[in-house]
Amino acid sequence: MSASASAPPLSASIGAGISDRLSKKASRHVKERIIEAMLFAAAAFSVFVTVAIVYVLVKESWVFFQTVPLSDFLFDTQWTPLFDDAHYGIMVLLSGTLTSSAVALVVAIPLGTIIALYLSEFAGFKVREIAKPFLELLGGVPTIVYGYFALTFLTPILQKIYPDLPGFNLLSAGLVMGIMIIPYVASLSEDAMRAVPMALREGSYAMGATRLQTALWVVTPAATSGIASAYILGISRAVGETMILAVAAGMQPNLTFNPAEPGATITSYIVQVALGDLPHGSIGYQTIFAAGLTLLLMTLAFNLLGYWLRKRYREVY
Amino acid sequence: MVNPMQIPSTGLAAGVEGAVLKADVRDLDFYYGAFHALKRVSMPIHDHMVTALIGPSGCGKSTLLRCFNRMHDLYPGNKYAGGGIVFYPDNTNLLAPDVDPIEVRMRISMVFQKPNPFPKSIYENVAYSLRVRGMRNKNELDDRVESALKGAALWNEVSNRLKELGANLSGGQQQRLCIARALASDPEIILFDEPTSALDPIATASIEELIIELKEKVTILIVTHNMQQAARISDYTAYMYLGEMVEFGVTDQIFIKPQKKATEDYITGRFG
Repeated sequence: MSASASAPPLSASIGAGISDRLSKKASRHVKERIIEAMLFAAAAFSVFVTVAIVYVLVKESWVFFQTVPLSDFLFDTQWTPLFDDAHYGIMVLLSGTLTSSAVALVVAIPLGTIIALYLSEFAGFKVREIAKPFLELLGGVPTIVYGYFALTFLTPILQKIYPDLPGFNLLSAGLVMGIMIIPYVASLSEDAMRAVPMALREGSYAMGATRLQTALWVVTPAATSGIASAYILGISRAVGETMILAVAAGMQPNLTFNPAEPGATITSYIVQVALGDLPHGSIGYQTIFAAGLTLLLMTLAFNLLGYWLRKRYREVY
Repeated sequence: MVNPMQIPSTGLAAGVEGAVLKADVRDLDFYYGAFHALKRVSMPIHDHMVTALIGPSGCGKSTLLRCFNRMHDLYPGNKYAGGGIVFYPDNTNLLAPDVDPIEVRMRISMVFQKPNPFPKSIYENVAYSLRVRGMRNKNELDDRVESALKGAALWNEVSNRLKELGANLSGGQQQRLCIARALASDPEIILFDEPTSALDPIATASIEELIIELKEKVTILIVTHNMQQAARISDYTAYMYLGEMVEFGVTDQIFIKPQKKATEDYITGRFG
């Protein structure tokens, strides 16, 4: 070993020793590379699928918009793509989607938030351990079951209160959809609240605050970003929900914001047409893609809103 | 309820001249589950004095401190098992089951080890302890917030940015904000749980100075790991070890001429 005059001999010899040992571990290096590549492939796959879906939607919608002007699509007040006198006003389907989603959110957001507050701040350990699986079970019920629950159980009850209610209506479907969404809102909000550090709660209690004051004035503001994400997820679920509406809301395109009427939503329309026997490439077939693209843009907008809310109100404790 | 009159006084109340008893810990037993955390602990707390609790980690000093405002009520498995803390002038046992912990905390406030400002503005952080008491009058809130911030020597630094988030302040400022928050509601005792252990030496010095000033207004009980700190700021010192009160006395005496060998070993750094 030759130590140069400038470099101290000791460190030079240590350096040589380390490089000897390192060279024998090259196999681990290769293994890590392989694992890294696999992880990347998995991540890339999901991106690829998303891009592919968007590509198909945009491509088919492009063909659709060659025939139907965008202004008709946006502003026409009728949606009758399968009739001889065809109209393509997406507003009709959009009104159904918005009305049913609004009904669902009126149920899910308050109830979900209250349940989250209770489970996170008031319930004892045992109650939480029992209640949470049940709550999550509610989210695991197949939506077709919810659909028939709305049609055959809730609608007759509502008709007793409000006899003019038609057998198919957005109200009943929306209410049941709200029940379906509760677990998502409650579970995610509760996670956000539980993530608030105990030190903040102790600070609040030490000032003489009650449990309710601590929950509402300290825990909830500290968990705002997580709760906002929970709401956004709930909204996305409501907007994208299909089966309940297809079964209980009637699938009749109807430009209305009155939940006591039947209506079709974007999703239930897609089901209706996809189940029919429309030839590929026909204009009726392409409406599916235009409607699907609209839906995608809506959920994308909500996701962006959720992302912005998370950044804006990120936890500052 | 444990009748305070039935608990014999410890007779430790002597010391600094003119000292008035604010609270008296008498034969207090406390358990975490099966762990006996406080073993028949007794000590007096004198009005408008700084009392320091020292001892190695796990000796029970924080446990004792947190008994004063019933923080242990927040967690299951913590059990108060005998004796009590008699609070004056009420002559009531703070730990008695029929004493409302919320009432206790309204009169005995606390500052924690790590600054824990709420995710609210500086103003709202200080106003919090007033709002929980139902104060709504804007002018009154403004006045109380200002005087609390002045009391915590923070007003000059934050008077023009009361709307900013408390978390934007430096560590030392955040801790003084937490002191202002505790002060705002005029508590009778403020508990400090190692309030400077997360701060740099300069911020520590300003907090220590503040604590000495604060005893004009309130009684102070402070847990500290730093013996020099106890010597600098306290009037009385209690040395605890393994859940027992080893020695309590006037700070100068404890540090210059401790009565017990164990205390001397700890203070001189031979142990702990």
